[in-house]
Amino acid sequence: MIQIENLTLQRDGQPILTGVETTIPATGLTALIGPNGAGKSTLLHGLAGLLPPAAGRVLVNGIDIASARPAERALRVALLTQNPLLVPRLSVRDLIGFGRWPHHRGRPRQEDRDHVDEALRVFDLSALEHRSLDSLSGGQRQRAYVAMAHAQATPWMLLDEPLSALDPRYARDIMERLHRLSRPGEGARGVVIVLHDLGMAARYADWVVTLRDGRLVRSGPRPEVMTTEALSALFETGLAVDECRGRPVVLPV
Amino acid sequence: MRLAAITLCLLLLVLLSLMIGAAGPGGGLDSGVVMSVSRIPRTLAALLAGAGLALSGAVVQLAVQNRLVEPGLTGTPEAAMIGLLLITLLAPASPLMVKMAVASLAALIGTLGFLLLAQHVPRQDPMLLPLVGMIYGGVLGTGGILGSGATWIAWNADLVQYLGSWQTGEFSGVLRGRYELLWLIAALGGLLYLAADRITLLGMGEDHARSLGLNARQTLLLGLGIVSATIAAVVVTVGAMPFVGLIVPNLVSRWRGDNLRANLPLIALLGAALMLAADILGRVIRWPYEIPASTIFAVAGAGLFLWLIHAAPRQAGRT
Repeated sequence: MIQIENLTLQRDGQPILTGVETTIPATGLTALIGPNGAGKSTLLHGLAGLLPPAAGRVLVNGIDIASARPAERALRVALLTQNPLLVPRLSVRDLIGFGRWPHHRGRPRQEDRDHVDEALRVFDLSALEHRSLDSLSGGQRQRAYVAMAHAQATPWMLLDEPLSALDPRYARDIMERLHRLSRPGEGARGVVIVLHDLGMAARYADWVVTLRDGRLVRSGPRPEVMTTEALSALFETGLAVDECRGRPVVLPV
Repeated sequence: MRLAAITLCLLLLVLLSLMIGAAGPGGGLDSGVVMSVSRIPRTLAALLAGAGLALSGAVVQLAVQNRLVEPGLTGTPEAAMIGLLLITLLAPASPLMVKMAVASLAALIGTLGFLLLAQHVPRQDPMLLPLVGMIYGGVLGTGGILGSGATWIAWNADLVQYLGSWQTGEFSGVLRGRYELLWLIAALGGLLYLAADRITLLGMGEDHARSLGLNARQTLLLGLGIVSATIAAVVVTVGAMPFVGLIVPNLVSRWRGDNLRANLPLIALLGAALMLAADILGRVIRWPYEIPASTIFAVAGAGLFLWLIHAAPRQAGRT
């Protein structure tokens, strides 16, 4: 469970988020949604402990993440920042291998190689493992980044818009895999993901946190938060939540 | 395989370097003395300087996430020269290691200054950062405000010839007993190997590196500290050399990628080979006179550099 207690975050002395207070359940997929500039990426950095709070605190599985040692923090939370990442020319295997860095600090063991193999398999990258990142398509590269966060094998995966630049097939593919990873059970991950695609949020999220102008609007189970009224008010535009073939969909109306 | 080919080339170059010079066999001088006093030290100096400069380039490129910079474009050698000038003025009798330490510290301060400046440079156009670096180096260097002051002091204190020798890198003055400081580069290379993964992580950007548990600030300081000491050692012993740190990491990156730990030996070998080749070329073009290796490298390096940015302008900034 992530407990966010009266959290205020600043960048360059400017408050970006103020007084956020909520909890995020330990398993399941949580979507962070809200208009541009609402503070979603900033909140994600705060949850990862990379941005020390100006006030309040974030407890990740009971530990104050901002004051944890960097090595400790990286074993609890994996953060995939927004694209475009400035990444060196690495092979897919090397990139995912760096996801294991918090575990081996430069001396990989068999266990680390196994995790890399598993991440390659889960994200269907085995055939591309020796390819250089800059020779891949946008979708393949994005999968490699998510696989790197997966290999970090942390209880929490935080992803900032991992679907940008992806066509529907790859976007869906990644969401399916993340959804599966977050199902309760042994080895389940808590996945927190900033999404702009409300359709994806409606389809895959268990829990939804909405932000607007640096404040928390709502936080709760997806059916309670993603309603026609709430979404239309949040984005200040006509949006309808409906059902199609038994699945929730969001439509501009 | 290709590593073996480069090693073979390097051995051939070493052989050539030992044979070529104004004093031919039977030229009157005892060739054994020429070898041990001049040729062997000179060859080793070129190898060490080339390897150190190439590795420094790779570190700086990862540290600022831009492929078009090198220590020569971050004010590092200029700052080292200011440090050297100061210590030579204030305590002319201090031992070489003290001078070297002061020069390294000044180089580090100068490089950190560039980093502060770089934070305000927009990243969209990768060409912008090296241009800023050139101006920054110019301001620190003899042409600029700070440097003019340094030059004026040097002129008054009769130290201008020192400045000249620091600015133009060449190996003709290398003799036994006057290059050994460069062995420091071998030690720094070992240290760099241990820190290589951390520096590659740094290349992924600060957020990413930190989310993987890296102490990014500490790693940056360590990396730039190694670079500063390397550049200071090169400036003190043979003088500044442009382009080596730019060209070699770019060539290796295109060929083998940016995993620093995996490619570190290759970068060092290629840097050493190109430096020695430039020195040999400088020795034979106007035989028996010499052209400084830095001049050779500036001409050839500029051409290669243009080819690099022409060949892949998009990838160029995407370290």
